[in-house]
Amino acid sequence: MLIAGVFRGELGANPVETLTHETGQWGLRFLLITLSITPLRRLFRWNRLFSYRRMFGLFCFFYIFLHFLIYLVFDHYFDLRSIIEDIIERPYITVGFSGFVLLIPLAITSFNAIQRKMGRTWTKLHRLVYLIAILGVIHFWWLVKADILEPLIYGMILTLLLAIRFYYYRKRKAR
Amino acid sequence: MTTYFGSRKSRLFRPRSAQALFTDNDVTDQKLFEQRRRFITAGGAISLAAYFPHLALANVGKFSDKFANLKKTYSLDDEPSTYEDITSYNNFYELGYSKTDPKENADALQIDPWSVEISGECDKPGTYTLEDIITPHDFEERIYRFRCVEAWSMVIPWTGFPLADLLKRFEPNSKARYVSFETLYDESRPLPGQKRNVLEWPYREGLRMDEAMHPLTFMVTGLYGKTLPNQNGAPLRLIVPWKYGFKSIKSIVKIHFTETQPDTSWNLSAPREYGFYSNVNPQVNHPRWSQRKERVIGQLFKKDTLMFNGYEQDVAALYADMDLSKSY
Repeated sequence: MLIAGVFRGELGANPVETLTHETGQWGLRFLLITLSITPLRRLFRWNRLFSYRRMFGLFCFFYIFLHFLIYLVFDHYFDLRSIIEDIIERPYITVGFSGFVLLIPLAITSFNAIQRKMGRTWTKLHRLVYLIAILGVIHFWWLVKADILEPLIYGMILTLLLAIRFYYYRKRKAR
Repeated sequence: MTTYFGSRKSRLFRPRSAQALFTDNDVTDQKLFEQRRRFITAGGAISLAAYFPHLALANVGKFSDKFANLKKTYSLDDEPSTYEDITSYNNFYELGYSKTDPKENADALQIDPWSVEISGECDKPGTYTLEDIITPHDFEERIYRFRCVEAWSMVIPWTGFPLADLLKRFEPNSKARYVSFETLYDESRPLPGQKRNVLEWPYREGLRMDEAMHPLTFMVTGLYGKTLPNQNGAPLRLIVPWKYGFKSIKSIVKIHFTETQPDTSWNLSAPREYGFYSNVNPQVNHPRWSQRKERVIGQLFKKDTLMFNGYEQDVAALYADMDLSKSY
């Protein structure tokens, strides 16, 4: 969809910016979709959604990986030193890069075989997704110039999803 | 698309008399941008529109004589950005916050009738209609680099006249040490983007008097030899090419001469990020992102940003005794 857009010149005057923005947005959206599956199960008993959670999680990783790749190639042309400089000096990139790095072990351990081998550790590792989502929203927030409405909306959705989980967590603990 | 790696030293603009040869001018329009054409024009005043008749068909409005008699006074070796890109990728929050909103909402801007209120430390204040403002001036075409604070840039053939010539008509007095500008804001009929206060409306900008009177500072009425489209700040906007683009205020309705440094909108919004001077400076980073490189619209890879956007020879003297990392 985006690739077709490149060749048809539909990405606007700054196609790199459009690609970066869109891949980032879709990564964040799939992340939030992934995070909404358990709340939806708990609230409405939509258990069939559960089998899609891994798929959405991997879509998220795919888009974030592309997002990073575009940045790597078109912003820095593989110049390692300037990338490291960015990661250290630009807070919004520190946060974004950290989110990406943390996503990697989650993506790698997505498969049934590994999940079985890891047992309880798998669950603990994958709780990192909460932190990753928070880092993603902050990354977006910190790069916007003046119109914070979009990152704010993502932030509100994330807060809601985390709040629902927290509510069920407290309920379980109370029992 | 043209790509290059690393920096490319673009030669500074060269002032040209009306009779000068015009060489190395690669002007590409959207359909033709793979081809390069070299133009050599001899003699007199020739408008770019003469070479692109389909552009000339567009409405040049009330001042068509002036557009037809453009003097080319500044040029660059850099390849100008396409008309399509220049008019479809804009930061003009009054018309919406995305880069494509201003063009989509362009009709929301009513530019006729238009007047500019002149006030403050001068001997000829008053409300001047657009015709009053423009009529005494001949139009020039200048090809300038334009660098946004967001680290993208374009090369744009502007049409207009020196700001200095305009300001002199109002006879600023000795107390006028700064000049400030305001964009249109009608509280009873806000433009689409003005319905939210992402910035404090009206949009305000300002310059020190020596910056305003500098020969490079340009009052713009057109683009590529035709009337300025609404999304680019019609009918009258400022261009200060050695500063970040947000200093080049659009759709001007007020000009005010003042003794004290005026407020500017981005500085009010985020004083640590946007200063009064906002000179293009690869050595002074924005707190949140680097200013060392920029993406030239139309090219894939970033290029190094030039000090004062490549106009160092012309403007460095204005800031000789200033610490630019403090006076950003």
